[in-house]
Amino acid sequence: MSFRGEARLWIAQRASAAVLAVCVAVHLVTIVYAVRSGLTAAEILERTRGSVAWFAFYSLFVLAVTVHAPIGLRSVLGEWLGWRGRSRDFVLLLCAAFLGWAGMRAVFGVFA
Amino acid sequence: MKVSVWRGGADGAFQSFDVPREASQTVLDVVTHIQRALDPTLAYRFACRVGMCGSCAMMVNGVPRWTCRTHVDNVVQKDELTIGPLRNLPIIRDLVTDMREFFDKWARAKGEFRGHATRKDDFAQVRPDSPPRVQADAGIECIGCAVCYAACDVVSWNPQYLGPAALNRAWTLVRDERDRAGLERLRAVAGDAGCHACHSHVSCTERCPKKLSPTAAIAGLKREVTKAALRGDL
Amino acid sequence: MRQHASYWVFVVHRVSGVALAVFLPFHFWALGNALQLEGFLQWTQQPLVKLGEWLIVVALAAHLGGGLRVLALEFLPWRDWQKSLAATAAALAVAVGLAFALAL
Repeated sequence: MSFRGEARLWIAQRASAAVLAVCVAVHLVTIVYAVRSGLTAAEILERTRGSVAWFAFYSLFVLAVTVHAPIGLRSVLGEWLGWRGRSRDFVLLLCAAFLGWAGMRAVFGVFA
Repeated sequence: MKVSVWRGGADGAFQSFDVPREASQTVLDVVTHIQRALDPTLAYRFACRVGMCGSCAMMVNGVPRWTCRTHVDNVVQKDELTIGPLRNLPIIRDLVTDMREFFDKWARAKGEFRGHATRKDDFAQVRPDSPPRVQADAGIECIGCAVCYAACDVVSWNPQYLGPAALNRAWTLVRDERDRAGLERLRAVAGDAGCHACHSHVSCTERCPKKLSPTAAIAGLKREVTKAALRGDL
Repeated sequence: MRQHASYWVFVVHRVSGVALAVFLPFHFWALGNALQLEGFLQWTQQPLVKLGEWLIVVALAAHLGGGLRVLALEFLPWRDWQKSLAATAAALAVAVGLAFALAL
């Protein structure tokens, strides 16, 4: 990849990190609350299904993760496994696509 | 005390010497004693002996230091000391490393000043308290000793990485209002071989004997490259 | 190089990141099967699973803390207190870990 492409990846990584900082904070609070309240599956789904706000929030969450995780793994693969070049980027693109698909499937499952 | 010193090239080994402890002894004193009194074939570098030139940088108990400024009392562990050549550089012999790659990367980072004025122009008037000048001044005392380069794990993991010293120098020039290399330099320091590979371990800043902060310089480069990229100039 | 705080924060940040990246596909798959959520939630009551959940939550908090440290180092003006960012990141992870543990 060119230095321009790598600079853009870095920008995308930091931007998605900023989005995730907010999403993760909200998510942690929500999860701790749900666990403390001992909510059952039915109770959870009752609160989440049909909620446009939660649907939008978690869709944004999934999008940010789809950008952030593969770029993060890219450094690890390059530095600790010595895997660089086109094959690494191609595989990570596939991972991003899979995360996006699985993530939206989950979002639809819980919030639609 | 028992001193283990690296002998040979990359495929060499540690050799043990028995060295007498002295008062106010430095690690450079130890190496010098070994070469003069015990084994004249030991190869090592030094010059000023007083903490100004950076030539005597070596790995002492796994940590890169200026040996002339390292008191044995501060680093000896149970009467044992381990001395090796600087990490991340090819070994020529014993404690001497090949510094060419270190300086080649300095050049690749466009670490040289490019002016535009001639002798007919008036002096540039740079306010010493202007923020860019303050930032540049924070990094200009680098003497190229390669301690930060040896300390950096990303240099170990990424052979193309320009390293903290080269990037620190590039930053001091980016903040120099007289310099005209501008975008060319930003392009030279961007990407996986440049500032974007830094993960802020802060080992360079931790180990720099001049108390410089390449981490801060590299963060500055990241910001400047981002600005250029977002403007479409990169 | 080894030893100092910032280095360990980096290691935790990287390891937690990899752990989360490995965990996420399973997380998404389980949630995508939301119709069977009750049965799945029953399964998660097992102690080993609860431990795993707690580790994931701590990993998430640790990764967030480490990430905030990186963002601060890269985007905020340099100050000497940059060093204590490592401690702050660790404290955040511990705090969230405790909160989750107490809720379990």
